[in-house]
Amino acid sequence: MIIAEQKPIQEIKEMIASYQKVLIVGCGTCVTVCMAGGEKEVGILASALRMALKLEGKEIEFIETTIERQCEWEFVDQLKKKVAQVEAILSLGCGIGVQALAERLGDIPVYPALNTKFLGLPEQQGVWIETCGACGNCGLHKFGGICPIARCSKSLLNGPCGGSNNGKCEIDPEIPCGWQLICDRLKTLGRLETLEEIKPAKDWSTSRDGGPGRIVREDMVLSKEGE
Amino acid sequence: MRAGSNLEKILEAGKFAVTGELGPPKNADGEVIRKKAEILKGYVDAVNVTDNQTAIVRMSSVAASSILVQLDLEPVMQMVTRDRNRIAAQSDILGASALGIKNLLCLTGDHQKFGNETGAKNVYDLDSIQLLAAVKGMRDDKRLIGGEEIKDGEPKIFIGAASSPFADPTEIRILRLAKKIKAGADFIQTQAIYDLDRFEEWMKEVRDKELDKKTHILVGLIPLKSFGMARYMNNNVAGVSVPEELMKRVKDADDPKKEGIKICVEAINRVKEIEGVHGVHIMAIEWESAVPQIVEEAGLLPRPEI
Amino acid sequence: MSEQFEPEIVAFCCHYCAYGAADLAGSMRLNYPANVKIVKLPCTGKTDILYLLKAFEDGADGVYVAGCLEGNCHFTDGNIKAKRRVARAKKLLDEIGLGGERLQMYNMSASMGPEFARVAKEMTERIKELGPSPLRKKEV
Repeated sequence: MIIAEQKPIQEIKEMIASYQKVLIVGCGTCVTVCMAGGEKEVGILASALRMALKLEGKEIEFIETTIERQCEWEFVDQLKKKVAQVEAILSLGCGIGVQALAERLGDIPVYPALNTKFLGLPEQQGVWIETCGACGNCGLHKFGGICPIARCSKSLLNGPCGGSNNGKCEIDPEIPCGWQLICDRLKTLGRLETLEEIKPAKDWSTSRDGGPGRIVREDMVLSKEGE
Repeated sequence: MRAGSNLEKILEAGKFAVTGELGPPKNADGEVIRKKAEILKGYVDAVNVTDNQTAIVRMSSVAASSILVQLDLEPVMQMVTRDRNRIAAQSDILGASALGIKNLLCLTGDHQKFGNETGAKNVYDLDSIQLLAAVKGMRDDKRLIGGEEIKDGEPKIFIGAASSPFADPTEIRILRLAKKIKAGADFIQTQAIYDLDRFEEWMKEVRDKELDKKTHILVGLIPLKSFGMARYMNNNVAGVSVPEELMKRVKDADDPKKEGIKICVEAINRVKEIEGVHGVHIMAIEWESAVPQIVEEAGLLPRPEI
Repeated sequence: MSEQFEPEIVAFCCHYCAYGAADLAGSMRLNYPANVKIVKLPCTGKTDILYLLKAFEDGADGVYVAGCLEGNCHFTDGNIKAKRRVARAKKLLDEIGLGGERLQMYNMSASMGPEFARVAKEMTERIKELGPSPLRKKEV
């Protein structure tokens, strides 16, 4: 899922300080799981902002709401009535959600309360790690099910750089060396020799490097007439 | 002959090779390189020129290597994959060859987090093995990575790679060396070695796989300057272990630098006798003045001229 | 200062220990400041950062969470969860500009009536020194 983190209160406050009435929208999917933008976080942020603004002698009326997902028009449209009452929207969605609100809800400014960080999962409650590189051409089976693009700091495909310290990446002792993980896993699977194969230079054009992505499923697209 | 470089000729002739290293300056002053070159000339067969080492912005290794070519001191140009994609890398290889640079060491490079531009965008389009394969492809198949033919002027490069015998994960250290050789490494320079017993064990494994016959291995050595340095290298540099007795020697010495040089010379004398070792790579960074003394005391003078 | 400032303090107390201690303090006729208003939780692990923020938003000058002694939580580690949330809320309060020192976490057992009274006094003194919450409307 998409993992995001809330911006500092001061930064958010400065974004919306000039408005009088703001809609704070949470998202019930990824950012709820990573505890950054769900219904609970909306409540906490609204309370915190009210207090922070009051300390500056300001007051903003916040309308608090959370929708199932900010990345699907059907859910975003549920906000149309509320939008008529406010001057700006503060979105606790990921970057996708913020953009969807901005596109769908008319000429109303939308501000991001979160910083979208990476694709990953909760390793344990309260700890989220990046695991997928979204390269567009998945070869996880060649690496024992561990992604070298996301989990190796240098995205190496042919083995470790030799800079690891006790199985931790040289750039951060909190991060395991992706290649140590891959080697350990392949060893468990009894397939360490897969590493002997030279992986050629990767075609990065299947990812963002090839331009902003777009996928069309003709069998799924609704016809325009007679819908 | 792949490139006909001095280093290549010496290794192919079965002679024991000596390479040095210098780091380009953090400014645009070529004079720094000239000064360092003057110290090393005549004492080494080729000099490695680092490429923005530890991700710190320095004069480019192509430029610095080109200056060495003009000074008639053969460079081993280092190229990291951290900063350039395959277009820039292949372009630099063509340019380097055009400037008379004949040796290239292919590396991944330290992550930019270590350097002075931590906000830089990651490139790592290629890893070191893919870079090795790329240079080999340009030289031998006269083709770019993407397949297009290089007409009337392919680069002639003697290709090198780095090896860290004691780095994690230890189970695949030999596999990794074999992979680099298969990808195209004509010569290998190792990470700094201090534990010679352990190194001899590694060399045995290398010989068992006959890898010493497929490439030229040069042992990396860094002369110790002080106990502090020895301890730092042991604790902080991945893949480097300094045995207790060496640390003690430097600590107890009246003149630690002198002892460090002595230890380095002893190491050279020992690795000279190890089957499969074809030379040494002396990395006396910011202590280039130690190199002439080390080379002389190890009985490696005069350097062969082929 | 013309009038003596009397802090409004909210104490979130767990049913098993802190509330028990409060009860005991009462039966032991121990004096503790009337400034402390108790809110009972089944366990301090039920503490939501939002409760703490709302208390301040509604005008509390100080807030504390009182749970069982560490290692003795009736629900095993509810008090540990509370401790971490209180720590986070303190940081939030600093970011907001209100000041994290107005929020504290305390631990005690149900038999520690005197400790309950001591904590209530200590917190009241601390808040008196910090002054009224800047969020409070000025009393006329």
